[in-house]
Amino acid sequence: MTILKNRLFWPAVILVALLVVNMFTSNQFITVRDGHLFGTLPDILRGSAPLLLVALGMTLVIATGGIDLSVGSVMAISGAVACLLISDLGNQNSVGSVLLIIGVAIVVSLVLGLWNGALVAAVGIQPIIATLILMVAGRGVAQLITDGQIINVQSSPYATIATGFFLAMPVAFLIAVGAVVLTVLLTRRTALGLLLESVGGSPTASRLAGIRSRRITVMTYVVSGGLAGLAGLIYSANIKSADSISAGNLIELDAILAVVIGGTALIGGRFSIAGTVIGALLIQTLGVTVVAVGVPSKATLLFKAVIVVALCLSQSATFRQKVFGRIKPRPATAVRAEVPA
Amino acid sequence: MGEPSPVLEMTGIRKVFPGVVALDGVDFRLFPGEIHALMGENGAGKSTLIKVLTGVYDIDGGDITLGGAAVRFTGPLQSQKAGVSTVYQEVNLCTNLSVAENIFIGREPRRLGRIQWGLMRKRAAELLARLDLNLDVSASLDTYSLAIQQMVAIARAVDVSARVLILDEPTSSLDASEVEQLFKVMRRLKEEGVAILFVSHFLDQVYEVSDRLTVLRNGKLIGEYKTAELPQVQLVEKMIGKELAVLDDLENKAQRTRAKTAEAAPILSATGLGRTGAIAPFDLTINAGEVVGLAGLLGSGRTELARLLFGADRADSGTLQIDGKDVTLRSPQAAMKHGIAFSSENRRTEGILGELTVRENIILALQASRGWTRPIPRRKQDELVDKYIKALQIRPADPEREVRMLSGGNQQKVLLARWLITEPRLLIIDEPTRGIDVGAKAEIQKLVAELSDGGVAVLFVSAELEEVLRLSHKIEVLRDRRLVEELENTEGVDADRIMQTIASGATS
Repeated sequence: MTILKNRLFWPAVILVALLVVNMFTSNQFITVRDGHLFGTLPDILRGSAPLLLVALGMTLVIATGGIDLSVGSVMAISGAVACLLISDLGNQNSVGSVLLIIGVAIVVSLVLGLWNGALVAAVGIQPIIATLILMVAGRGVAQLITDGQIINVQSSPYATIATGFFLAMPVAFLIAVGAVVLTVLLTRRTALGLLLESVGGSPTASRLAGIRSRRITVMTYVVSGGLAGLAGLIYSANIKSADSISAGNLIELDAILAVVIGGTALIGGRFSIAGTVIGALLIQTLGVTVVAVGVPSKATLLFKAVIVVALCLSQSATFRQKVFGRIKPRPATAVRAEVPA
Repeated sequence: MGEPSPVLEMTGIRKVFPGVVALDGVDFRLFPGEIHALMGENGAGKSTLIKVLTGVYDIDGGDITLGGAAVRFTGPLQSQKAGVSTVYQEVNLCTNLSVAENIFIGREPRRLGRIQWGLMRKRAAELLARLDLNLDVSASLDTYSLAIQQMVAIARAVDVSARVLILDEPTSSLDASEVEQLFKVMRRLKEEGVAILFVSHFLDQVYEVSDRLTVLRNGKLIGEYKTAELPQVQLVEKMIGKELAVLDDLENKAQRTRAKTAEAAPILSATGLGRTGAIAPFDLTINAGEVVGLAGLLGSGRTELARLLFGADRADSGTLQIDGKDVTLRSPQAAMKHGIAFSSENRRTEGILGELTVRENIILALQASRGWTRPIPRRKQDELVDKYIKALQIRPADPEREVRMLSGGNQQKVLLARWLITEPRLLIIDEPTRGIDVGAKAEIQKLVAELSDGGVAVLFVSAELEEVLRLSHKIEVLRDRRLVEELENTEGVDADRIMQTIASGATS
């Protein structure tokens, strides 16, 4: 019974169900070809990397009671910076130069995160407004960097981070897994997780307990920016170009959804990284499944919405009690009826 | 005098929460035209019983009869319709609306769908006149004091349904004259035949206004008594189930240890420390092992003074010395580095983190001072937490329970534990005993005395003079955001002496 009460039970069930559907609809769910995994499942894992990374950062931000709407724009900027620098290289296949450029793009993203964090924690602007600024302005900045063009690159080391394989696994997915493991270690092996949850629970009470609330808040936005930057690199490496318009477009909404499905409340406080991972995988799988089962493209968004509504309802205790909970009180009522008799 | 039949009768009420039996076969009767006090420590089941009565909780066993008919409430609305109205500790009204609007919100007199404003104001005025209140009913509610707001809430409750009125801690934020005014209203309603259930932590008030009382302890019924026939001491014994030796022990303790602390080295000394708009510049020295009491009315600057010493607010004038060295406290962390701890009066908003567990709440301050990179090892955490759960008798003794599930007194103990594990040299506690029961109160007072014996300095802020007098070595009296007098707590000093100062300002 306790497993049924776990908040992640239903999302996990739906995720498995969607994967099972894919097993039957796809020609090749999972096989080994040329020494690496191939098929729908590895595709889902690979494709989910950007969302996983963004949702991971979003989890930390939401845990402090904030929100980061600028992640899509940060993705665009980071991709633009990387592609611009790579296209200027004499030898685009130089591994050292590409690694250096990746480093530069991530530093830029961290700085963008710092900007968000400063607006929220130092200036005191509401997170939704503070990050909206970069959400809107960031795409403009990305377009300025690329001069309004789509910059194409021909760099195989760069493409590797999106489409390559390592130990038979997609590199992009391994990067995401690495980020998840790092974040779990960072938050649960240190006291950061507790302090984050405390700040999310009540910034005032946390300050009076001696926690540097502001510093912690800023840190979450910096991490979110960095992870979004990494996601932007994977996205642009996948299409081998910097597309400032569509890179990370609306990804903030999917990321927020992944976090909420994972059981982290938008008001802040307790957060679950495992939940976010399930949430992000679920959203990615849903997107693939919708296409695979042949839902007409005009109806895909609506179909997705229906699944999400069902999922959210399944997580609502009140709703569950209304629909399934009738079974329990009845025996109690029956006992009571016997008393006066 | 033949007993009339009760308007409300609850028998064998049972309510179980996961892991806890909150109410275990409790009986409760309420007669028309009586004021009935519900007594018990925090966690005794008072709140649960009230929530059962108001339909917030469904019961797991037992029967409720209202006006002779069996009822079962599944929601607050239902209970209200049946004639049970509640006025809670925090006033649940819209302060931005007018008095009349507040009284009739949701049930405005209408004609053809239009609200009849004139009739509404007239009826509101009549209703308030019944309670001897003469207010401008079209004025916005926030122009009136909290006490008046509370009475407006009562007027509304009585008008909605007048059979049973529940007053949950109505006096906790009122001053003496406002309490008198409230009692007048309660007596008036009693004469009209309303049955009033009254919950208060102030024993004197219970004795002044109630006719009968019911005592609960640990979810069980201890008994129902006529107030006049049960001496206060016996009542307290029934509530906490143990002798009051603890409190007697504390008497004169302050005087006994005085000689030692007066000579001890000062931990902290403030000279002309102040903050514009919060507290006028003051001088204050606190020695090791000394208990300094802060007395004064609500809003006299007690909390503001305490916050300056913890760096929660920054001083804009004067100097502060800790161990003889000039320091500036820019933040709580800075104060904590000097061994200062501060437990806020606003337990819920500035103290506990409801969603976190007892363990997490207790280790929070220690962890914060170590920084996030140096987590306290889990074994060490469990050790510390277990130790303080035992020492402070935190109930339930479950470190993994969310703190919001605990009663007020136990939440307060968790807060104290949070600061005690940081081993402070100066502990500032703001209203640690407000809204908690006698038993927990005595335990907290005892703890303060023990800390002082162990060499910890305590700045004790409380609105209750008796408590300040019992514990403090010296007492700082505040009035209108100004420290007006410092009194050594010697033989001649009593509550009257302090009240004189509060009333008349500095005597020097």
